[in-house]
Amino acid sequence: MLLQAAREKGNLAKIRRATVGGDTGQGGSMTGLRYESPPTLDAAVALLNNAKGLARVLAGGTDVIVQMETDLIEPELLVDIKKIPGLRTIVAENGGFRIGATVSGMEMVEHAALCATWPGVIDGVKLIGSIQVKGRATIAGNLCNGSPAADSVPPLAAAGAVARVIGPQGTREIAVAKIPAGPGKTHLGKGEIVESIFLPARAKHSGDAYERFTPRTEMDIAVVGVAVNLTLDTSGVVISARVVLGAVAPTILEPADCAKAIVGTRLEEAALEQLAAAASAACRPIDDKRGTREFRVTVAGVLARRVAQKAYDRARHIA
Amino acid sequence: MTTILDKPGFNPDRKYKIIGTSPVKHDGFDKVTGRAKFAADAFLPGMLVGKFLRSPHPHAWLRKIDISKALKVAGVKAIVTRDDFPEIKQGTGGGDMTRIAMAREKVLWEGHPVAAVAATSEAAAKAALKLIEVEYEVLPHVIDPVAAMQADAPVLHDYMRTKGVKGPDAERPTNIVERLVLSVGDADSAFKDADVIVEHEYDTKPMHQGYIEPQSCIANASEDGQVELWCCTQAPWVYRDRLTDILKLDSAKIRIQQSELGGGFGGKTTFYAEPVAILLSRKAKAPVKMTLTRVEVLKATGPVSGTHTRIKMGCKKDGTIVAADAELVFQTGPYTGSAFTNAPQAMFTRYDLKNVKTVSYEVVSNRPKVSSFRAPCVPQAVFGVEGVVSELANRIGMDQIDFRLKNAIVEGHKTIYGEVFTKIGFVETLKAAKACDHYNSPLPKGWGRGVACGFWFNRGGETAGTVNLAPDGTLTIILGTADVAGSRMSMSMMAAEEFGIPVDRVRSILADTHSLGYNRVTAGSRTTFSSGMIVVDASRKIIAELCRRAAKIWGVPEDGVVFEDGHCRPASSNVGDFTPLSMKDIASKTTYTMGAIAGHSEMNVTGAGPGFGLHIVDVDVDRQTGLVAIKRYTVVEDAGKAISPQQVEGQYQGGAVQGIGWALNEEYIYGADGRLQNAGFLDYRMPVASDVPMIDTVIVEVPNPKHPFGLRGVGEVPVTPTMAAIGNAIGEAIGIRPRSLPMSPPKVLKLIEEARVKGLGG
Ligand SMILES: Cc1cc2nc3c(=O)[nH]c(=O)nc-3n(C[C@H](O)[C@H](O)[C@H](O)COP(=O)(O)OP(=O)(O)OC[C@H]3O[C@@H](n4cnc5c(N)ncnc54)[C@H](O)[C@@H]3O)c2cc1C
Repeated sequence: MLLQAAREKGNLAKIRRATVGGDTGQGGSMTGLRYESPPTLDAAVALLNNAKGLARVLAGGTDVIVQMETDLIEPELLVDIKKIPGLRTIVAENGGFRIGATVSGMEMVEHAALCATWPGVIDGVKLIGSIQVKGRATIAGNLCNGSPAADSVPPLAAAGAVARVIGPQGTREIAVAKIPAGPGKTHLGKGEIVESIFLPARAKHSGDAYERFTPRTEMDIAVVGVAVNLTLDTSGVVISARVVLGAVAPTILEPADCAKAIVGTRLEEAALEQLAAAASAACRPIDDKRGTREFRVTVAGVLARRVAQKAYDRARHIA
Repeated sequence: MTTILDKPGFNPDRKYKIIGTSPVKHDGFDKVTGRAKFAADAFLPGMLVGKFLRSPHPHAWLRKIDISKALKVAGVKAIVTRDDFPEIKQGTGGGDMTRIAMAREKVLWEGHPVAAVAATSEAAAKAALKLIEVEYEVLPHVIDPVAAMQADAPVLHDYMRTKGVKGPDAERPTNIVERLVLSVGDADSAFKDADVIVEHEYDTKPMHQGYIEPQSCIANASEDGQVELWCCTQAPWVYRDRLTDILKLDSAKIRIQQSELGGGFGGKTTFYAEPVAILLSRKAKAPVKMTLTRVEVLKATGPVSGTHTRIKMGCKKDGTIVAADAELVFQTGPYTGSAFTNAPQAMFTRYDLKNVKTVSYEVVSNRPKVSSFRAPCVPQAVFGVEGVVSELANRIGMDQIDFRLKNAIVEGHKTIYGEVFTKIGFVETLKAAKACDHYNSPLPKGWGRGVACGFWFNRGGETAGTVNLAPDGTLTIILGTADVAGSRMSMSMMAAEEFGIPVDRVRSILADTHSLGYNRVTAGSRTTFSSGMIVVDASRKIIAELCRRAAKIWGVPEDGVVFEDGHCRPASSNVGDFTPLSMKDIASKTTYTMGAIAGHSEMNVTGAGPGFGLHIVDVDVDRQTGLVAIKRYTVVEDAGKAISPQQVEGQYQGGAVQGIGWALNEEYIYGADGRLQNAGFLDYRMPVASDVPMIDTVIVEVPNPKHPFGLRGVGEVPVTPTMAAIGNAIGEAIGIRPRSLPMSPPKVLKLIEEARVKGLGG
């Protein structure tokens, strides 16, 4: 068998030069990679839309650079959006928050009002890597990387977050839950960029939470993740709920039976049992290096119970 | 001639000024400020980047390698393949080494080097790698050692025959390198005297040493045949001798300088890129730097052996262990060299057993060649032994430490491998454990507590060093043993103690291979002991010389001078009324005496003191997910004498932490295609800081009388009982003791279910 000849050319030296400023000083560039840092979103969209080969948006780079370093991808074009003005802000809007595409995880974690309103989303953001990783990582990147195990995506979906997407055809609003399309894939079209993510106003007597299972306490990838966002009436009965599972299928899942199991209840034991069973039943996981099928199915149920209880307790506290 | 080995001059009543304190080690400031120069931090003018092409197949004939297209890539200066290595016969030590460095007839694991490119940039090198055309004839592969032992398994080396086997089995090509029987007494019949017998099978997985610094080297081969090599290594002299062997070089033509080491733990006792970088440099006529990526480190450098074991032990109702029987299978990767013989020698050594039978096998399979790791091959065996021991104690209703005390060996014990122990501190260690706060603290409900103990030989061996006295009275120490954990400071401390001067007047450095005689690898917990012996010996030689010079200056007989607290003084008032001479007074006037003063010592150091330890661990197990949290951990171990207690503590804690990773989550995950799926720290789950509690330590000091200060080695004992202790603790918590590593959540959860079904445990 013959090894394949070169397909695309990659040059990591250049990306290092561009993003970190380090140049080994050794010439002989073989590069096929372009690094662009456009001043506007429109220019960024145009660059991506006109790219011949593989093109990637570069936000925090905590996925993109790692994937390039390990030769998983060899992009022809990187479009750095960090220098585009106006994208790095968290703005209050209609009782909710609009989070720009280049806002870092740590900026979210340090935003008191955001943390108070959407603690479950912040649960997810806090779990991304370490403080250093969160200093660069963005939630738009977490979403657009397309990993079924991304930690901020289930709580964003459960919260009903909406992404504002700018593309060659203009601007559209699309639910975060609708963006993932399978490992490494999204429903974004060529040239489309997530400009911001909008978290709506929080209903009265409501709460959200996210937990994941990992064998280690941090710096690990979710084997299972569960987000719950629920609203109670004044007597403590759940009147609406969204339950989103991560890492148990090619995309996040929002099984209707999970929400059904707890709506109309005060999370009594029977309701929690039913929730756990529904969560386990909905899983379509694979056996892989991160966990066995059987284990994921069991733990999805365990986590669903725990997270629902946490969201419920938060809702009552808020009330 | 009597030497320091016969007369170490150990004095139990000596009051130390410096030994027993913990000054900041030599590499301390540089490591925390980022100034430390690791191997990858060196640069030479005109330096090229070297990169490997590695096999994507776990097992294949290497039919053809065509580098013609790759050579045309702009910036490419040299390409090396098997054709550039001298032929050395297969199945010999050198033959194996050269084939690990670069595949020859076959590729034997995914990641086996097939070619390497040196180019002016990493991009050019990578582009060239893609243009190298390799023709493989893919063969069936085998990963698991037990599978590799079966008659129908794919055979890696058709020349291999099992050593230690007779009859028809000895004639067949096989993956079993060796069958080794080590026994005393008659275990089979002794089991008849047992009231309780426990027998189980266990398995452990290969784990990686997990050093943070990836291997890196720069080779600079000049036109006159000289080679300079900078690399991170625990074994510069071993590298030199093996490189001269496989590259057919004279030792005088290769000079190896070790860099600051960013972790080794046994993994840097053998080379990978070094011979390839030398050949690339020779061909390219320029310095070549090769730095492995993390993926390469995990795919192609040595983990430790995984094992399958069966352990059987029996005891009487009073606690006396009457017999032990073990069968052990060690996976070694594609070539022999697992050091598996340590296991039958050490696995039961701490109990006074009259009847032991062990049968061990070393087996090749299609995965990276294993390398050394703290107490090579011993913790894997102890995982089972201490599980059985704990179960025996439980079955007869005896306290875990009392049971071990009942069977503990003492001075005069003759081991299964023939050594007769001088003073050892096992009993003292057990007693200290029994008295410590952790063992006596109540256990919170639902938690489990486990104990286990371990032993390591501790080594000596060939060591050489020099101590130089400068005109200002300060000392520099030149060492050949790599400093993996602060040994430079320990050497400086021992010299300072011997001379009676402040430790900041002494500085130790690490020499290149041209500067000293042969130094064995830093391994086996031998360095502080052996180099310490050398340093004290050389220091004493300097002191004797100082006295001679003082005698000359004063015009008195040599025995009229004594040395104390950094000064030569008249031995008594009869000698005369002389003002004491400081080291500086004498060293600054060597022009007028007999020239510079230095002490050398080269020895095959003997007298290492065996080490024993006991670990106590409390765990909490999430009954719904199988997640194990280590809540409290205490290491109790005999150091002989802690030269620098802080560094000894660091060894105890580090060993335990590595064992925690091995126990709970670390494992190599292979696909059906024989490729490693988790070659990165994200999925190769080493513990992170928040996974481990503060590890408490109890330093027991039962001096080794063969060392001037009584020290033993402390590097390996701390990992030997860790997995066993954690396994025992989990067993106490959930009712069933895990017998397979890693004790990861899915496996523990299954045991919890099993215990529930059987009505066991909490
Ligand atoms: C050590 C380490 C630990 C990690 N731990 C975790 C963890 O625990 N949990 C977890 O979920 N993740 C983890 N990650 C992955 C990563 O940090 C997150 O996915 C992060 O949120 C990615 O954000 P980023 O801004 O760095 O994305 P980038 O790497 O810049 O981009 C990621 C992907 O999204 C695309 N993209 C980025 N922004 C946009 C946009 N605005 N519009 C369209 N496409 C876009 C990029 O082209 C790329 O394909 C870890 C990574 C590392 C290195």
